[in-house]
Amino acid sequence: MDALLNPAFGTIIWSSISFLVVLFLLKRMAWGPILEGLKDREEEIDGALNAAKTAREQLEGLKADNDRLLVEARVKRDAMLKEGREMANRMVAEAKGKGVEEADRMVEAARTAIEHERSAAVAELKSEVAKLSLEIAEQLVRTQLTQDAGQQELVSRMISDSKLN
Amino acid sequence: MAHPALCSSILRSTAFRLLTFGLAALISTTAFALSEADHGDEEETPDIGASIMHHIADTYEIHFFGDVSLPLPVIIYAPSHGWDVFLSNAAAGDHPYHGSSGLWYTYHHGALSVSAEEPVAHADHGNEGAELVFYDLSITKTVFGLLMILALMVWMFSSAGRAYKKRPGQAPKGLQNALEPLILFVRDEIAVPSIGKHADRYLPFLLTTFFFIFMSNLLGLIPFIGGFNITGTLGVTLMLATVVFIITTVSGNRHYWKHILWPDDVPLPIKLILVPIEIISIFLKPMVLMIRLTANISAGHIIIIALTSLIFLLGDYGQNIPAGIGTGVFSALFMIFMYLIEFLVVFLQAYVFTLLAALYFGDATQEAHH
Repeated sequence: MDALLNPAFGTIIWSSISFLVVLFLLKRMAWGPILEGLKDREEEIDGALNAAKTAREQLEGLKADNDRLLVEARVKRDAMLKEGREMANRMVAEAKGKGVEEADRMVEAARTAIEHERSAAVAELKSEVAKLSLEIAEQLVRTQLTQDAGQQELVSRMISDSKLN
Repeated sequence: MAHPALCSSILRSTAFRLLTFGLAALISTTAFALSEADHGDEEETPDIGASIMHHIADTYEIHFFGDVSLPLPVIIYAPSHGWDVFLSNAAAGDHPYHGSSGLWYTYHHGALSVSAEEPVAHADHGNEGAELVFYDLSITKTVFGLLMILALMVWMFSSAGRAYKKRPGQAPKGLQNALEPLILFVRDEIAVPSIGKHADRYLPFLLTTFFFIFMSNLLGLIPFIGGFNITGTLGVTLMLATVVFIITTVSGNRHYWKHILWPDDVPLPIKLILVPIEIISIFLKPMVLMIRLTANISAGHIIIIALTSLIFLLGDYGQNIPAGIGTGVFSALFMIFMYLIEFLVVFLQAYVFTLLAALYFGDATQEAHH
């Protein structure tokens, strides 16, 4: 019991010296490098995690940008398609209208040309007929005037003819 | 008694076999010791209490089993005679050892007696005829274990420290990997929450103390190597508590001393009571640390040895074998339980000592905030 309750002089001396020496040695050789290494590694891991986080955020931003661009492009494309279709329709309609007009115009022109030709032909025919009648008349005059009767007849017929006119 | 099926399933497990083996070793060690004590004391029954204390106390040899033991160097300095250095087994037996300084030494039952004159054949313990002043600087069992643990720590942690230097920023490996969780535990669960921003300054001491107590406690649980009781020895815990006291006192700031010597917001009559209590507590806190650690570790050893002794006590020292066997079964089961608790205590006491030391340091360095 005595030995248990009385701290031994030798134990105190040896333990004090050796403990303090070991404390000093470990502080220099172990705890310094270990604690520093742990801190460095923790900072490194923190840094890496933060970098990964920012990279992920950037990537997400990029993805959102892409999505936005894609949507925009799609809207643009749709608008362009719509516009194109409308333009085509308009052009077709326009072309149709123009064609009809042209045809009408051409028909009209043809009609006037025909009319023109016809009237010209009629005029020519009239003059030809006149010329022909003059020649006939000349012939008749030349032949009939030699006979008295014939002259008589002719004159009467011409008178009746002119009445008819 | 336990169900037979349950018993057989327990018996089949390897862990149980290992534990039983360890306990058998312990029992046999104690049995030899008890029979030894029987021879010496020439009484009908040996004094179990004395035997237990003898096992807990420091000696000058490492006793393995039976007569096999490793003698340790005895170093004595007497101002009147000078130095004496010899191995303890030189003074064991019937003949006292006559040192070169002229002093006489007798080593009996783990106790060394020193006298200036040749002791008489059957002298009592501690020959105090003349007032001989001497200092015992022997490498006792405790000192030997302590040096062993400290050397092991230097080797372990300096090699771990080299690993951190050699492989900076990489995942821990090997020994480094095994020690890192405990180092982080001391740093993040003990030092930083208790001390705060000054924690780095106290970490070397806290880490050294934690691992020293933890490994010393663990060494005490290993059977067959003489039952080291380093942290159950008052001299060692006194040293640790003194270092805690010195660090706390030296690092105490203005706020700490003011809180002790002249606390604010306390009426004068209460101050008259409070201040002396606070002053006593400066010394009391490390003393409690010392006693708690010593008592806890020694108690664990005492219970294990007491349970072993119970077998021989109830077995009537071989006169009543059936009672001995019956008690043996009971004692062994209880000792398995105690051993498991001791494994917990080994860690817990290292944790508690370090945590309280850290809290005292934290108190001493705390800035005024209330």
